[in-house]
Amino acid sequence: MRIKDCVAMILAGGQGTRLASLTKKLAKPAVPFGGKYRIIDFPLSNCRNSDIDTIGVLTQYQPLALHSYIGIGSAWDLDRRHAGGVYVLPPYSQEKGAEWYKGTADAIYQNLNFISLFEPEHVLVLSGDHIYKMDYAKMIQYHTSKNADATIAVIEVPWDEASRFGIMNTGKNDVIKEFDEKPKNPKNNLASMGIYVFNWRILKKYLEEDAKADSSHDFGKDIIPKMLNDGLKLYAHRFEGYWKDVGTVESYWQASMDLVGDVPEFDIYDPSWRIYSVNPTQPPQYIAETAKVKCSIVSEGCRIFGEVENSVIFPGVYIGPGAVIKDSIVMPYVAIGSDSVIQKSIIGRKTVIENGSRIGGTESQNVGTNTWFSGITLIGDNLIINSSTKIRRNVLL
Amino acid sequence: MDLIMGLIDLNENCNEMLEMARLRPLAAFPFAGRYRLIDFVLSNMINSGVSNVAILPKGNYRSLMDHLRSGKEWDLARKKDGLFFLFSNDNEPEVVGYNWSGFSRNLIDLHNNLDYLRRSSQKYVVVTGSSMVCNLDYRDVADFHAERKADITIIYKDYEDAEEQDFSGATMIETGDRGRVMDMEVLPVKPRSKKLSMTMYFLERQLLIDLIDITVSRGGTSLLRDCFLKNLYNLKIYGYSFPGYVARIHSYESYFKRSMELLQPEVYQELFFQNGSIYTKVKDEPPTKYLKDSKVQGCLVANGSIIGGKIKNSIMFRGTRVDKDAKITNSIVMQKTVIGAGAILENVICDKDVIITAGKKLKGDPNHPIIIGKGSVI
Repeated sequence: MRIKDCVAMILAGGQGTRLASLTKKLAKPAVPFGGKYRIIDFPLSNCRNSDIDTIGVLTQYQPLALHSYIGIGSAWDLDRRHAGGVYVLPPYSQEKGAEWYKGTADAIYQNLNFISLFEPEHVLVLSGDHIYKMDYAKMIQYHTSKNADATIAVIEVPWDEASRFGIMNTGKNDVIKEFDEKPKNPKNNLASMGIYVFNWRILKKYLEEDAKADSSHDFGKDIIPKMLNDGLKLYAHRFEGYWKDVGTVESYWQASMDLVGDVPEFDIYDPSWRIYSVNPTQPPQYIAETAKVKCSIVSEGCRIFGEVENSVIFPGVYIGPGAVIKDSIVMPYVAIGSDSVIQKSIIGRKTVIENGSRIGGTESQNVGTNTWFSGITLIGDNLIINSSTKIRRNVLL
Repeated sequence: MDLIMGLIDLNENCNEMLEMARLRPLAAFPFAGRYRLIDFVLSNMINSGVSNVAILPKGNYRSLMDHLRSGKEWDLARKKDGLFFLFSNDNEPEVVGYNWSGFSRNLIDLHNNLDYLRRSSQKYVVVTGSSMVCNLDYRDVADFHAERKADITIIYKDYEDAEEQDFSGATMIETGDRGRVMDMEVLPVKPRSKKLSMTMYFLERQLLIDLIDITVSRGGTSLLRDCFLKNLYNLKIYGYSFPGYVARIHSYESYFKRSMELLQPEVYQELFFQNGSIYTKVKDEPPTKYLKDSKVQGCLVANGSIIGGKIKNSIMFRGTRVDKDAKITNSIVMQKTVIGAGAILENVICDKDVIITAGKKLKGDPNHPIIIGKGSVI
């Protein structure tokens, strides 16, 4: 193998239980997002656009969809023969028996062999479930220029939300002095984005030590505090721009809505930072005479006869005449019958909603087993909703 | 093992659309929002189980090569078989497009590449151009061919009961008993038949090799004239009537009209889904974005476009931008073209990378659309 400056490791084993039926059969990084992508397209495209061509994707929970999606990485130009490429790394059984990854640090530790193949200068650890555009090359450059042992990407968050994040307490020149995991009284508002650059030799040593120790085997809880304790040089790399952890149905919905405005919060139309994905084989979308589409993004192969506003429509969706879709996300190959009204809902893949149904809206469902309070109605995959059904808001189906 | 191999001959008639053909062979003409004409014939082949395809390139084929690359999008980047280019080393090349007679010197090109045909392993070969856009399964033709015990099967579209009258630049056939081809007219001024040859020929590979050898050694240069037409009665040549939708692209008018037919849901459904999907080079464009003031009715819109204006009965290719208050009616807007605020377009074909600045008004006639050349700034 050719020596590499940097190997990226994407942690993609997240179960994402708070995404409810969206992750019923999928790992969180495989969840569809933004009308044609899956969440993992963002870190993978960032790698490709940052000229990082050697990537390990660590999978665990529901790996099938993710494995078949990534394949040999050709969608991201990562099907390389002579220089790196993308490697899907599921947990494997060792002499002592098979085990799930015990934590983020353990996941990397179990794959030290993989990184050793390339003997890189740096290891970039990424999370497979964040939506953002970032030039990792700049971060590595920053890391090198500071002569740091490790660099952690941080983003300023509002003070009142700081207690939800891992907070970096920094000193002069953004040297990290202290790491506070979800502090009650935050001393700073620089949140860790879960993006780390390590010097490979140092990381290897710490991971090997951590594996023997009685710890939670987590970067944030164990490795970083230990490095700080030992007096290593850790720097914070400030990121300015859009970054979202779509960990809950509400944040998933919000991040989707961030794409649709005339001047969107998050711009996926920048030709210099293209987001790559596996493209569906579908003809252009057909917008019929009877249709009204505005403030929305719509993908290939859709046939739209009804009204669409403030929504994200994935490929191959049919929307019948008289149907109204508002503030919603419609997954691939959904069919919505005539005169149905969908408001603030997420409709799962291949679900059929027959004519005249009403999904979501202002009227709340009485509290029961399938309800919650986010104001969003979530309909699962492959369901058939019979004609004229009424499903109110806050329902999970 | 595969039964059929494909041979796509790009010696095609573009006499009537020289402005666009100057930049690319007919096969590379953008069509239907995100495709090039060759995508249809290639996809038909793939969907018919063909995995050995050769292309006889002609004209300014840079854009075609850029489009096809390794053939990966069509699953043709193979170790065995796959995509081949049979470049011409003809010493008397003709200028493609100009004064097209219907009889190209393709036989010389084929003769020069006879080794490729000899080395291929498939029993049958389908020889076709790219100008007939349709969704057909060549295995149906193979069944017909075997059932008739034909030497050669010509695929045709019967317009006997249809309105279609524009047969300029076409090859017509007349069929008799059980579809036996009785007559063939190439580029007749006044056709006697209404059976349009789709210039798709199905025959055994060995017969093609023999015909090429026998004919070239007797001074023949054209596959159509010297192998097929001159053997109309010596060989058993049958016509297979294709029942589906065909769009023949040979002039701006036909390009425009056939494009507009895609806006009919039945045509859309048949052409894009009937016997399988149509593959093309992917561009990783984001989904189409519709802004607050957009109003789109009866249109085909491809990914990557950002639409802020009003569009009616039009075809928008990938990555177009339509600013606020622009009005586009009955037009075709190709890849990465920008229509400025308040511009008005009616019956216009904008080639790729055109910029129509704010407030400009362009109006063509449905039978004579205005053509804006690639990269123009108006």
